[in-house]
Amino acid sequence: MARITYREAISKALWEEMEQDPSVFILGEEVGVWGGTYAVTKGFYDHFGPKRVMDTPIAEATIVGAAIGAALTGLRPVAELMTINFAFAAMDHIVNQAAKLRYMFGGQFTLPLVIRTVSGGGRQLGATHSQTPDVIFAHFPGLKVVAPGTPEDAKGLLKAAIRSDDPILFIEHATLYQTRGEVPDEDYVIPIGKSKIQRPGRDVTIVTYSKMLELSLKAADQLAKEGIEVEIVDLRSLRPLDMQPVLQSFKKTNRAVIVEEGWRSYGVGSEVAARIYEEAFDYVDAPIQRVAQKETPLPYNRTLEQMALPQVEDIVRAVKEVL
Amino acid sequence: MDTQLYLDLYYQMVLIRLVEEAAAQLYQQGKIGGFLHLYIGQEAVSTGLISARQPQDRVITAYRDHGVAINVGIPAKEVLAELLGKATGVSKGKGGSMHLADVQRNFWGGHAIVGAHLPIAAGLALGDQYQGKDAVTICMFGDGATNIGFFHEALNLSKVWNLPVLWVCENNQYGMGTAVERASAVDEIRQKALGYDMPNSRVDGMDVLAVRQAALEVLEKIRAGSGPHLMEIVTYRYRGHSMGDPERYRQAEEVKRWQENDPIGIYRRYLEGQAIASADDLDAIDRRVEQEVAEAVRFAEESPEPPPEALFEHIYAE
Ligand SMILES: Cc1ncc(C[n+]2csc(CCOP(=O)(O)OP(=O)(O)O)c2C)c(N)n1
Ligand SMILES: [Mg+2]
Repeated sequence: MARITYREAISKALWEEMEQDPSVFILGEEVGVWGGTYAVTKGFYDHFGPKRVMDTPIAEATIVGAAIGAALTGLRPVAELMTINFAFAAMDHIVNQAAKLRYMFGGQFTLPLVIRTVSGGGRQLGATHSQTPDVIFAHFPGLKVVAPGTPEDAKGLLKAAIRSDDPILFIEHATLYQTRGEVPDEDYVIPIGKSKIQRPGRDVTIVTYSKMLELSLKAADQLAKEGIEVEIVDLRSLRPLDMQPVLQSFKKTNRAVIVEEGWRSYGVGSEVAARIYEEAFDYVDAPIQRVAQKETPLPYNRTLEQMALPQVEDIVRAVKEVL
Repeated sequence: MDTQLYLDLYYQMVLIRLVEEAAAQLYQQGKIGGFLHLYIGQEAVSTGLISARQPQDRVITAYRDHGVAINVGIPAKEVLAELLGKATGVSKGKGGSMHLADVQRNFWGGHAIVGAHLPIAAGLALGDQYQGKDAVTICMFGDGATNIGFFHEALNLSKVWNLPVLWVCENNQYGMGTAVERASAVDEIRQKALGYDMPNSRVDGMDVLAVRQAALEVLEKIRAGSGPHLMEIVTYRYRGHSMGDPERYRQAEEVKRWQENDPIGIYRRYLEGQAIASADDLDAIDRRVEQEVAEAVRFAEESPEPPPEALFEHIYAE
C-alpha cells in the first residue's frame, strides 16, 4: 500500500496497462508534449513515444470516432476528452456510434474503448466549463459510465475499463486529483458495476459517487459527533447501476439521502430514489431526500458558484430531514 | 488617416497591454479565478481589425477576448470588474474573463467552446442578410479552432448562402501547446478557404496598420455583396495559453524572437519615424493609460459582488 493522489493512481493505471499491452494507446488534446492538462499523462510522451501517446487536433467528434474505429480493429484506445463539457461536441459518436454499433450489427462489432474525461464545477470556469452532466451519458444502454471517488477505485476501475471489451466513459473529477488515499501496489482490478459501502452506519443511507463522496464523508464525520451514524454507498458506476448494496443498506436504515453534484432534475437522485421506492417501498420511513446542484447554469462569480453547488451543510441538513 | 486616429490606435494597444498586465497581477493575488487567457503580443490584430469596422458590423470572438472588448469600446474598468466577478462587470460577474460581451457595442461575446461561435457568426450574418441590413459580421478565432468541424461547416454554409462574414483566424502559432503544423494539414490557415472556393488572405498581425488596411478593403467588398472571406492574421502570444501554463512546448528564444517584433514597439517607431507623433506625445499616452488602468483596477476592486438573487436571474427571458 502507498498513499498516493487520485491523479497518480489514474496515471499509474494507464502506465501499467500500456506497459503490459502494446495495443493500448492514448489519443487526445494535449496528452503528449503538454503532459495532459490535468498532468495525468506527464512523462508518457517521452517514455512511450508519439505512436502511443498521440496529440490530436481540437476535434472531439473525430477523437472519439477514430478511437471507435481503432477499437474495432482490435486496439485498445484510451481517448481523452479534456473535459466532459467538450464531450457534447462528440455526442453523436458517443451516443449514436459507440453505444449502438455492437447491438445494431447483431453482436459482430466489439469496441474495447475507454473515453477518459473530467467532470465537475467549483473552479470559476463559467457556465460552459463547469458542468457535471455525468447522468446524461448514463441514459444510453450500450455505454458504461464509471466515475470513481477515491484513488484506490480510480486505479482499479480504470484498469478494468481498459481490459474491458465494451465502450466505457470514465469520468474523473477535476477537484479530486490532489486527493490522497491508500492504493495497493500490486496489479489489481475492481470489477465495473459494483457499488461499495465506503462507510458503515445504522441510521441513514447516503447514496453518492465521485466528488460528492468526499463531501458526504465530511458530513458523516460531523453527524457522528451528534450521534448520527450514516452509511455511505458509493455507486462508482452509473451504468450499470448496482442497487444491491443500496437496497441492503436502506432496508437497515429505512432512510436515504442521495447526493450528486449535477442538477437535481432527472438526476442520479431521481433514478436511485425511484428504484428504492419500487423495490423497497415497505421499508420507507421518510421521504427520500436529494442533494444536488441548483437549477441554474454555473456563474463565474465565486460566491454565486458556491451557492449553486452542493455543500457539506446541505448534506447534513438533508440527513436531519429524513431522521 | 488623421493624426488622432493614429494616436488612438496606439492608445488602444497600450491600454490592452496594461489591462492584461494588471489582470495577470490580480490573478497572482488570487482575485481572479478560473482561466485567464492574455492577449499580450496580439494587440495589433484586434486593434487594426476593429478600427476598420462600421458600427453596424457585429463582432464575435473566442475566450481570448479582453483585447477585442477594449477595442469595441468597453471601458477598462468594466472589463476588469468582470474579471473580478463583480456586479459592475460587462456580464454582471456571471461570465468572467472568457465571456465578455456588450450587445450595445455590437460585441456578441467571447465564447469558450473552441469553434462553437463560428456557426453562430454565420447566423448573425444570416440575420443581417435576411433583414437587408448593410452589416458584416466579423468572427475571430484561433488557429486551433480551424481543426474542428464547426469551422468547416460554418465556412461552407457561409459560402453557399453568400453570407456577409469576415472570418478572421488569429494564427498565434499554437493551440494550447500544439504548434500549428502538428495539428493542421496545411501550415497556412488561409489555404482552408480553398476547399470552399472562398477568397482569402494572409496578413502580418504585428503591424496594426497592415491589419487595418486589409480589413478595410475586405469589409468593403463583403458589404458590397462579395460573400465571405477568410483572413489569416499571423501573430504570437507572448504569455502562456492561460495562467499556469508550464510552456514545455516552446523555447524561450522563440518567444524572445517574436518579442523583438513587438506590435506596440513597431508602431511606436513608425509613428516617430514618420513624424506623426513625438516620443513625448507617446509617453504622455503611456502615462494616461497607466492612470486609467490604475483607476480601473481600483474601480473593479471596490465594486460590489453580485447579490445572491443574481444566481437565478437570466436563466430564461420568460
Ligand atoms: C471544443 C473544445 N475543445 C477543447 C477546448 C479546450 N481548449 C481551450 S482553448 C484551446 C486551444 C485553442 O487554440 P486556438 O484556437 O489556437 O486559440 P488560442 O488559444 O491560441 O487563442 C483548447 C484545446 C475547448 N475550450 N473547447
Ligand atoms: Mg492559437
